[in-house]
Amino acid sequence: MNATHVSARQLGLVSCHACHLLSRMPKTSAHEVAHCSRCGEELHQRKPNSLTRTWALVIAAIIFYIPANYLPMTITSTLGTVSADTIMSGVIYFVHNGSWGIALVVFVASVLVPILKFSILIYLLLSIQFKSIWRPKERTRLYRFTEAVGRWSMLDIYVVTILVALVKLGVLGSIEAGPAAIYFAAVVVITMIAAAGFDPRLIWDVVEEQNE
Amino acid sequence: MALLAHLARELHISELFMSGATHQIACHECDLIHNIPVMPARAAACCVRCGSVLLQTKVNSIDRTLAWTIAGLVLYAVAVSFPFLAMKNGPIGNETGLLSGIQQLTNQGIIPLAVLVLLTCLLIPLIQMLSLLYIFIPMKLNIRVKFAIPVFRLFKHVKPWSMMEIYMLGILVSIVKLGEMATIVPGLAVIAFSLLIFVLNFALSSVDTHMVWERLERKS
Repeated sequence: MNATHVSARQLGLVSCHACHLLSRMPKTSAHEVAHCSRCGEELHQRKPNSLTRTWALVIAAIIFYIPANYLPMTITSTLGTVSADTIMSGVIYFVHNGSWGIALVVFVASVLVPILKFSILIYLLLSIQFKSIWRPKERTRLYRFTEAVGRWSMLDIYVVTILVALVKLGVLGSIEAGPAAIYFAAVVVITMIAAAGFDPRLIWDVVEEQNE
Repeated sequence: MALLAHLARELHISELFMSGATHQIACHECDLIHNIPVMPARAAACCVRCGSVLLQTKVNSIDRTLAWTIAGLVLYAVAVSFPFLAMKNGPIGNETGLLSGIQQLTNQGIIPLAVLVLLTCLLIPLIQMLSLLYIFIPMKLNIRVKFAIPVFRLFKHVKPWSMMEIYMLGILVSIVKLGEMATIVPGLAVIAFSLLIFVLNFALSSVDTHMVWERLERKS
């Protein structure tokens, strides 16, 4: 493989998001959108409004993350007693139970991953806005990690779904999904969309501009 | 460097691409242009600047994808129709299917959540498998079908939203959580579901994306 060390943008080319076909960036007016000649996907040199969109979604996700942690995830009623469990109290329950492994898995998926995702995305956004040229390769890797790991936060949503199905109204009691479930689901979905809307090529654009 | 850039502009990259002599790809994560030679089977090309995978070639992509997808659909049918988990506490028992959690969430009025679980664990995996069949069967028979390109684009777009493996981990967590209250008996559907996770992953990793786009392009 031989690399010419120029980017598609510098050559006036555009790479299709869906099928990777390289084509010449067509001249279009402001309201017109070009489409890929092979697959018909909209062509953009960079993901449109990447920074603004990612900022907006990250902030929205952080706001939703507060009630997601504060409100109960599940409401359990057994033999007349009702108890509400938040995300953290669920983790603590497993620790008291001695199920350290499960406690760790739930903690990583529901607490650590969302917080890591917020921090990494904010860091990447700031690093682009402040035109940082520090370790672009590692920052790209960080982005790849964020994109791959985000979906695992859905774990708690599935646990709620399964618990709700298994423990229906009966002698044993019942479990209902609490209000936090919907906020938490929103956090996961919004951060996934935020990560998908972030364009890692912006990291390299800054580096290229400094070299030119 | 400037000379090379100039050369690339002179040679008309799109024409080069069509001729198949060599082809150029821009890295998806850093936009660096690479000349890709004809690649051997089962090889991957990585970006020299940021290290992300540019493209991967597969062996017997069409046959393998079809085989795994058909196996996946059989397992899918078993996973939705047989009992999933049963909870037993003495004489009292409660049997659930894959769909009953979703049904229960709907009953409790949390419809967005029910829709989200339905999509990520049931509908999107099904869409993935059906779109693979829709693209690869005609390819195997060398015939042309309508909408193959939009279907393959859809297939690529839904991929991050297929989350069966996370649901499986959720089952594990639930079993531990309810372990003190009652005994949880895994049903036939759980076995089918866990096999399906592997089978679908094998199907997805046998798809030679670049080959599919090239063949779809040639046909249209």
